[in-house]
Amino acid sequence: MEEQYTEEYGPKWSDQRVERMLGALVIFVVGLLLALIVVVFIRAWPSFSHNGLAWFTGGGSVEDQLNAIALSTETGAHYVYTFHAWPMIWSTILITGGSVLIALFSALFVAVFIVEFAPEWMANVLQPVVRFLASVPSVIYGLIGVVVLVPFIGNHLVTEDQKASVAGVISLTGYSLLAAVTVLTVMIAPLMVSIFSDGLRSVKPGWLEGSLALGVNRWRTVWKIGVRSARPAIVAGTVLATARAIGEAVMLAMISGSVAFAPNPADGLIFIYEPSRPLAPTIVKNIDQLSSPPFNATLFSIAAVLLFSAAMFSLAGYIARRSMRKYGMP
Amino acid sequence: MEAATVKAPPPPPKPGKQPTGAVEGSATWRLTDRIGLAICWGLGLLFCAIAIAVIVYLFIQGITYLKVSMLTTPASAGFEQSETGGFSDALIGTLMVAFLGILIALPAGIAISVWLVEYGRPAALARITESTIEAIAGIPSIVLALFGTVIFSSTALAFLSRSTEGVVFGRSFFAAGAMLSLVALPLIVASVREGLNSIPRHVREASYAVGKTKAATTRRILLPTCRPQVATGAVLGLGRIIGDTAIIVVLLGATQNFGPVEGAPFPLNYLRGVGTTLTNFVYEASPTGNLNQPQKAYAAAFVLLVMVLILNAIVDVIHRRARRVGTWSS
Repeated sequence: MEEQYTEEYGPKWSDQRVERMLGALVIFVVGLLLALIVVVFIRAWPSFSHNGLAWFTGGGSVEDQLNAIALSTETGAHYVYTFHAWPMIWSTILITGGSVLIALFSALFVAVFIVEFAPEWMANVLQPVVRFLASVPSVIYGLIGVVVLVPFIGNHLVTEDQKASVAGVISLTGYSLLAAVTVLTVMIAPLMVSIFSDGLRSVKPGWLEGSLALGVNRWRTVWKIGVRSARPAIVAGTVLATARAIGEAVMLAMISGSVAFAPNPADGLIFIYEPSRPLAPTIVKNIDQLSSPPFNATLFSIAAVLLFSAAMFSLAGYIARRSMRKYGMP
Repeated sequence: MEAATVKAPPPPPKPGKQPTGAVEGSATWRLTDRIGLAICWGLGLLFCAIAIAVIVYLFIQGITYLKVSMLTTPASAGFEQSETGGFSDALIGTLMVAFLGILIALPAGIAISVWLVEYGRPAALARITESTIEAIAGIPSIVLALFGTVIFSSTALAFLSRSTEGVVFGRSFFAAGAMLSLVALPLIVASVREGLNSIPRHVREASYAVGKTKAATTRRILLPTCRPQVATGAVLGLGRIIGDTAIIVVLLGATQNFGPVEGAPFPLNYLRGVGTTLTNFVYEASPTGNLNQPQKAYAAAFVLLVMVLILNAIVDVIHRRARRVGTWSS
């Protein structure tokens, strides 16, 4: 019975066999992810175990610590692991937090605009624009940031007084929080817009119509019914964009300034002109040292922190989405 | 045997924006609501302005500095920008990693989505796989790159890169391509899954009813039907691959030229060797990089942007054609 259908899909391509082959591939990919997590944390362990919780605190100059780690391989006496990453963690928090907040605000408005209020021609222009902005390689944003935005900030926005006031500590050249946050916002906002607008489109029309029938104007309806119902999509988009922002390495390596310095908001508005260096660019900048064992452990410990925070954001997003789905939202 | 292509139902009449009589204007709204609408317009126009600025700026700079000779001469050492050659190695390198990455990611992505949609047993493994794909999408590419240095430096995989006296270098086109395929994988899986899910149940049942196996149904009916989604996923993945910089900087060796491995047959010696891509070239040639040749960075960024624009246009064409022919999903 089997034979007459099996010229091509005989025993060689029987269902069981195909299922097993595909299953094996799936298990391989799952295993690869587990291996990645395990490898990153094992490689990172020496740095964490030497520093303990002090890894996450500040203290001393990060550049000196990195130099000492690199030097300890060359002299070969004993490996040095001392590393206090707070300036870079703080810079990551400031840059990621700032750009995610701005991007969330603007992406929400643009998504609402595309889905509800834009005239048809405008929506037809905006959709390809958003797709294009999301697909521009980060290095191109970095290049434009370096040659346009950074000199502009350095020459026109920062005053000579401001430069003089911090001259002993750090030089304000335009490589700054402001430049980093601006460019990062342009990078992640389009991602959010596309996910938000998908969510807004899948809101049940009946809900919106019900609100309109009660005499609520279109603006209020969209915000009170549409945006609220699309909250799971908004959380999903925000989480994805945050993960992208935390992991963005090359663009920030180009424009955030290559100093592990912690800008202090308490100093007044000048802190947005101050350079810093988040965690991911630190890996890129020091990648030449990967072959030195203690440096390798330090770089992997940074990677482990990035991996952990990305995972925590995904988890938080998942929990938030699940609790919202309870109320039957799309 | 003739491939059994399933004719999808004709496209339903587009609901679109129907003339709904008098659409409520914003004139009757409260001031706050009208300010909100103004913000919508402002941000929408800002997005368009940014996109236009990026394109126009890079086109002007690119056309000013790009010479045909740059596309055909490799980079070389020199003191003047006129002496340092072009970026042909980077251009070919981009094509090589794109080819290698998609060669791994496309079959793997299709296989995983087929398993998820058509098989998906046991259910626990299916859930784990879904989370795995989501997690891979959230992993910063710099972490993937560091993980890549660990696996490809293992002696078991020495045949994929250069090794001297037992020490495996672990940086090669193979290594970069393999890690870049992980970057493209979630996009391909998402797109193909959407396509498979949109095919109604009765199509499969009709195929089973004439005695086709599940494997044959998938190969002959389901995959040909969701060809647009497969193509979309592949193109989106390609865009992500050619735009990635962190993995290239870490896993392709920090060079500006091909470094083929001696003693290997022709294509393998290049694939096992180190090299560069356009993104890496832009990074190095930007004012913050090691080369500091901004004019060539513009030219290379222009070429990269043209590639991205072409990929975007391809996605557009696929969508439009799929809509005209009529598939279940669009």
